[in-house]
Amino acid sequence: MTSSRPLSKKPFVQKLIAVTRMQLFIPVMALLLLVIFNLIADPSFFAIKLGYNSANQPVLSGYLITILDYGSELAILAIGMTLVTSASGGQDISVGASIAIAGSVILKVLCGNESRPDHMKAPIIVAFLVACLVAMLFGAFNGSLVAFFKIQPMVATLILFTAGRSIAAWINNNELPIIAEPEFSYFGTFIPGIPIPTPVFIAAACMLIIFLALKFTNLGLYSQAVGINPHSSRLNGINPAVVKLITYMILGLCVAVVGLIKVSRISTINYSVVAKDIEMDAILAVALGGNSLGGGKFSMPASIMGAYIIQFLTTTLYKFNVDSTALPAYKAVVVIILVVLSAPVVREKINQLKKSSSKKSVKEAA
Amino acid sequence: METGEVLKMRGICKYFPGVNALQNVDFTLRSGEIHALMGENGAGKSTLIKVLTGVYVKDGGTILIRKNTSDAAGEAEFEEAHIRSPQDAQNSGISTVYQEIALCPNLSVAENMFIGRSGAFTNWADMNKKTGELLKSLDIPATPRQQLGSCSIAVQQMVAIARAVDMKCRVLILDEPTSSLDEQEVEKLFKLMRDLKEKGVGIIFVTHFLDQVYEVCDRITVLRDGTLVGEYVIEDLPRVKLVSKMLGKDLDDMSDIKSESDVGAVDRNTTPVLEAVNLVSNAGIKPFDFTIYKGEVNGFTGLLGSGRSECVRAIFGADKVLGGKVLINGQRVRIKKPIDAMKHGIGYLPEDRKKDGIVADLSVRDNIILALQVMKGFFRPFSKAKAEQMAQEYIKLLDVKTASSDTPIGQLSGGNQQKVILARWLLTNPDFLILDEPTRGIDIGTKIEIQKLALKLAAEGKSVTFISSEIDEMLRTCSRLIVMRDRKVVGELNGDELTRNKVMATIAGGEEK
Repeated sequence: MTSSRPLSKKPFVQKLIAVTRMQLFIPVMALLLLVIFNLIADPSFFAIKLGYNSANQPVLSGYLITILDYGSELAILAIGMTLVTSASGGQDISVGASIAIAGSVILKVLCGNESRPDHMKAPIIVAFLVACLVAMLFGAFNGSLVAFFKIQPMVATLILFTAGRSIAAWINNNELPIIAEPEFSYFGTFIPGIPIPTPVFIAAACMLIIFLALKFTNLGLYSQAVGINPHSSRLNGINPAVVKLITYMILGLCVAVVGLIKVSRISTINYSVVAKDIEMDAILAVALGGNSLGGGKFSMPASIMGAYIIQFLTTTLYKFNVDSTALPAYKAVVVIILVVLSAPVVREKINQLKKSSSKKSVKEAA
Repeated sequence: METGEVLKMRGICKYFPGVNALQNVDFTLRSGEIHALMGENGAGKSTLIKVLTGVYVKDGGTILIRKNTSDAAGEAEFEEAHIRSPQDAQNSGISTVYQEIALCPNLSVAENMFIGRSGAFTNWADMNKKTGELLKSLDIPATPRQQLGSCSIAVQQMVAIARAVDMKCRVLILDEPTSSLDEQEVEKLFKLMRDLKEKGVGIIFVTHFLDQVYEVCDRITVLRDGTLVGEYVIEDLPRVKLVSKMLGKDLDDMSDIKSESDVGAVDRNTTPVLEAVNLVSNAGIKPFDFTIYKGEVNGFTGLLGSGRSECVRAIFGADKVLGGKVLINGQRVRIKKPIDAMKHGIGYLPEDRKKDGIVADLSVRDNIILALQVMKGFFRPFSKAKAEQMAQEYIKLLDVKTASSDTPIGQLSGGNQQKVILARWLLTNPDFLILDEPTRGIDIGTKIEIQKLALKLAAEGKSVTFISSEIDEMLRTCSRLIVMRDRKVVGELNGDELTRNKVMATIAGGEEK
């Protein structure tokens, strides 16, 4: 039907939009539902107030700001998780533990052996770069287990999932160093004079970087090709193992960024609690975006959107005073519905229904 | 020892959407015989086996199995078996040992023998004792408590067979059991098969190896294009005849078609575009030599599994190369992986389009540009406009039928998928293009287009190696044929030797007619 159309730019763009629309359909609907629910239940959910914090700096507050603030951590992780999922057809479950390690490394570099230094021992950027390096090394460890030893991603990353928090504690001799200087807290809270939480800007920067990386390198093409058909990819000159390894290292970078935000928020670290269960939310973000957890095709915007939806859900539940211990159960119900809706089997059924109904309304299409 | 019939399949039909996989096929197995089931790819062998083992449910025909009892006159009685699942098949006394061993390597031999058969409780001592006796009676070199994974592949295969035999099977199906065994192991397996034959088991043997058929089998049933060609006693069917039956060409009434175009005129005094000496890979082929000249179309021929694909895969670096050397335009080169070959101007259209060719979920456009994009480099992606322009050019050139260049390639028909893969390699502008079964499973029109394309490329000064199961197609396109049998090169045919008779005789080997 469409093949006979003239080759102008318009139908091409339209088609592209149509494809994106399909993938984004479920997350958008989920977001809409959450918004409508909150509008009905309590419209004050959407109120944003400009106030002043203890340092007498202007800050925005409100549930939406919380969602943007904490959702940003998840969005950054979702970027890496999407690539890992696409190329290796599995997920990295050691993300939370790795964040603890990255955070611990940052504190170690900044505090040295003192637990409450008067001044930071090194510039924050140095500490961050060291954390990036360490997190990428751990990413490479996971990646090589998956890529070269062909271990299932979940099993391979289970090692670090188990050991990561102990390693994090060991780095600082099990002490909890505290950084007194206010500049360090800028990354996780507010920069003086700017009322929007800094993690929002950090996430925006990460999104920009991944957007450029996907546009100006073959990262997207390679990881999707490897995820869909490693044999064919190899015969076309791609090295599937190296591509997988790279995606795990990119996730490592994302982990380091979130590690910085996490320790900056409280200027210290709690090894057993920091970023707890965050890997599950990051994986859910990818799934919610309508991406197959079995690898292959992915949509980065959809994953990022999935991350904010999950935070939206969490915040909504908090708002309605759901006990923090009961939170996962509520979340699970919602997640089950969303994941089942976006499951390929269900989607196929929906598509079939769509097709049969569109046959009746052919005139409309013409 | 040959007694009466044990299994009669009559008028078996099986349809798949658009294909008649089996049409009125009869098959008869006698107890105490080894019966080869032969046919080229797509002939219906595996469909027939799957109908018999309950993987597929037949669409027509009857399967009769002999009852254990006989009537008063001593005549065998048959009852119809309704096989709807593998479990049904097993209950009817039909067991299968597949090419890939479907046992658990981390369990012991005895556990593997009894797995899924003992109910909730297991008498371990009894199990080990029974297994020991069975292994001894079949002369299998393994102990009951040994971990299965520690046995050689051949012994594992024997254990799988012993398991099948122990389940009181009367019909044993061996589907390509020898493909991963070495010669000595094959000998051991054959001995076991002969022992079972003596015990009165009827064995259906599916294999690509002609020599093996003539070594152990009593009868041969040949299928072609989903129909029965015939059942023959082995002595009545010399190899050449078997090959002609499988390929569907009668040796006698053949009028050879000479090559339509004059591709034979290749200057052999120049340096070859590619020369391989004693090349050997880890895919189990014997070392082989290969040369191809500028403007030449040559081909590997032989039956399926004879090692044709493995040879070209070795040249392209798709399999691990273990030895030998490769010269390109007289220069020694090292090709360790596909990208090396691509950088030396080699393109490879793989045999298994689904597994090795297409990237199903990616768009036609991405599939077309993939190889060239990889050669260009990770940090230098084509702009969308450039990619689209190249894709459209080749979609038009090869007349690919697709809704748009954005359509995932998996949604295209087989022939159009193949054209896309062909476009991928044409786009890289290779000096030497390997086409491995480029015409398999695609419609006749596209077939001829692809054959013409190969000749056109040669006329433009490229070199092409063509592989096809269809001898006619090979004769039409190639000016030189390298013949393979049982994983080694057994001959090379040029000029006047390029006749169907000669090719088939060389493929069959052994006794010349």
